Amino acid sequence: MDLLVLDRWLHVMAGITWIGLLYYFNFVQVPAMGQAKADGTAAGITKHIAPRALLWFRWAALVTWLTGSYYLGKLGIWGDAFMLKGAAAPIGMGAWLGTIMLFNVWVLIWPNQKKVLGIVQASDEEKAKSGRIALLASRTNTMLSIPMAFFMVAGPHGAAMFS
Amino acid sequence: MKNPLDSITGTIISGFVLTIILYFVVKNFLVAAAG
Repeated sequence: MDLLVLDRWLHVMAGITWIGLLYYFNFVQVPAMGQAKADGTAAGITKHIAPRALLWFRWAALVTWLTGSYYLGKLGIWGDAFMLKGAAAPIGMGAWLGTIMLFNVWVLIWPNQKKVLGIVQASDEEKAKSGRIALLASRTNTMLSIPMAFFMVAGPHGAAMFS
Repeated sequence: MKNPLDSITGTIISGFVLTIILYFVVKNFLVAAAG
């Protein structure tokens, strides 16, 4: 099998894992936490579910970016895509949105979630501040995932839309 | 003004609005500029 097809396959699988967990956090876990705290079951989520989901989430994000970057490189359009040049601009816009999202995962969401979940020591005040930063970064990624997915689909398969 | 990212609905609407804006930016300023 063509290595490029394998790479793209892995890119899509990792992307599904990443964005699927992003949507799980935003559409399921965060809205449920209020009720879980109210009936005393939140500890199960923060202790057993969230750390495991975050593990898959952050590494899937990295694999998605690396396989996507490799793909653009093998096509010889890595530079044009990230420079948003001509015909490579649509997929480049998707690549930039994905890159911003990867940054948010590793620099904003994960370090702050470690404090919220008690993986690293933090005062209650720090936890509250970290929770707010992590939530906004996660919501930002949810927002960015919408145009990101559009450009990932329209870039390689919808050239007529941009002419 | 309320932050649209504080609600799921606001987040999704913001995503679609951003998609439309970026689509026209890419189409009219980046792809078209290259001829």
